[in-house]
Amino acid sequence: MAASIVLPLIAWLIISNLPGVNSTFLPSPQNVIEAFQRLGAKGVITQDTIASCIRVSAGFALSVAIAIPLGITMGAFTSIRALFEPIISLLRYMPAPAFIPLFIIYLGLNEEPKIALILVGTVFFNTLMIMDSVKFVPKDLIEVTYTLGGNRLQVLKSVITPYIIPSIIDTLRVNIATSWNLVVVAELVAAEDGLGKRILLAQRFLRTDEIFAYLIILGVIGFALDLAFRGVLKLSCRWAFD
Amino acid sequence: MHLEISNLYKQFLTKQGPLLALENINLHVETGELVCAVGASGSGKSTLLRLVAGLDQPTEGSITVDGVPIMGPGSDRGMVFQKYTLYPWMTVQKNVESGLKLQGMEAIQRRQRASYYLEMVGLAGFARALPKELSGGMKQRVAIARALACQPKILLMDEPFGALDVQTKEAMQLFLLDLWQRTHCTILMITHDVEEAVFLSQRIYVMTARPGTIQTEVHVELPMPRHYEIKRTQDFLSYKNAIIDRLRT
Ligand SMILES: Nc1ncnc2c1ncn2[C@@H]1O[C@H](COP(=O)(O)OP(=O)(O)OP(=O)(O)O)[C@@H](O)[C@H]1O
Ligand SMILES: [Mg+2]
Repeated sequence: MAASIVLPLIAWLIISNLPGVNSTFLPSPQNVIEAFQRLGAKGVITQDTIASCIRVSAGFALSVAIAIPLGITMGAFTSIRALFEPIISLLRYMPAPAFIPLFIIYLGLNEEPKIALILVGTVFFNTLMIMDSVKFVPKDLIEVTYTLGGNRLQVLKSVITPYIIPSIIDTLRVNIATSWNLVVVAELVAAEDGLGKRILLAQRFLRTDEIFAYLIILGVIGFALDLAFRGVLKLSCRWAFD
Repeated sequence: MHLEISNLYKQFLTKQGPLLALENINLHVETGELVCAVGASGSGKSTLLRLVAGLDQPTEGSITVDGVPIMGPGSDRGMVFQKYTLYPWMTVQKNVESGLKLQGMEAIQRRQRASYYLEMVGLAGFARALPKELSGGMKQRVAIARALACQPKILLMDEPFGALDVQTKEAMQLFLLDLWQRTHCTILMITHDVEEAVFLSQRIYVMTARPGTIQTEVHVELPMPRHYEIKRTQDFLSYKNAIIDRLRT
């Protein structure tokens, strides 16, 4: 695993230091480290990271707050599913970034359109994936609950929901990557700060070293989020693993 | 307790047309009895038990418990399935408590009652274990404890030992007989294993397929308590062979 990261790093180090390679075109690792130090000293890295994180958290939290109850009830009740599934299946094929102009017209240029973009870009996938996971709740588990005196609401709350919690966590792990994509897209279009915005600024000044630095930050944050979700899954759902 | 099934029919509508799974079933179970229904695959045994549990509705006929027609599933009829149906995210203790919790019993009472039944099935030491840490036989014992904790009028079991290996199965049969004698519970159990039925039952309903009907009723007059050795006695074997002959016809 280490090799898959270290080998490309070494290749980058060698190629970027070859004579005749323009550092504006391909900055060397040393250049990028300097860029990190420069930007870090100015405090913009923390500022941008926090700005982007807040947008992702807000948008994704809203998305999850809608998707969990909607997905579970769609999975459990055919009537609710029949009501929402067609429209959601259609909406999810509309690329979220195409909504940006609309959101800017409706919501202005502040945080709202960015949060809305993340919400719209993830809520449908979250909902449909959670809905699908309800299918895998064993029928016997539901029936035995009825024979123990449970009613439909209790089945939903005390059987279906706990059973799919591991799938929900995994769904969120997969889809939060999308919200990282979308926050950068939103910031490239219109923002005062944020990781995407900084990349755009760096491009104007041909600071490829800074672009590289920010790409690395984006990658590391995404990777850390993935690990965090996996950790939460392992810790909170010990029953689901051998 | 008096379970009465009369003139029961169950028809399924399948893609190939209507399928008569049960035809004119009449049976009864009385307080404290251990009754088995045996039959080949497809003779409608599971269908019958699901109807009694209230998980499905009969096409015709009636099922009453103490004279009252059953209306859907309820904790007065405990059910143990062949597949393992413990809640995998709950400890053994919580699993046994789960029925009581669904019925709104207080936590303290619940804990006491569950511990009592866990003790009864010999798994008090596993209260904190997760189902995945148990063997198949232990899982079924917990499932039985969970059903019994609701103090049902009758315990319904659909091939509860069908997924177990031969040794475990034998041990579970002894366990069930012993439990039945200690608790005086009423049991209606389904199996396709004739030997198991003769070993456990006081009465046996023999079922045949296409459509599922009760061929005959056999009273097993073997003394209680029974032990493994009884399976080799002449009396036992003649019951067994008589039923096997009935199943062939
Ligand atoms: N929900 C259903 N829809 C359609 N047909 C069904 C349904 N449930 C059962 N059947 C059919 O009814 C018949 C009896 O099935 P049942 O499961 O009750 O038999 P069984 O005696 O329990 O068999 P086994 O020993 O294999 O468990 C079978 O032909 C089966 O295909
Ligand atoms: Mg069956």
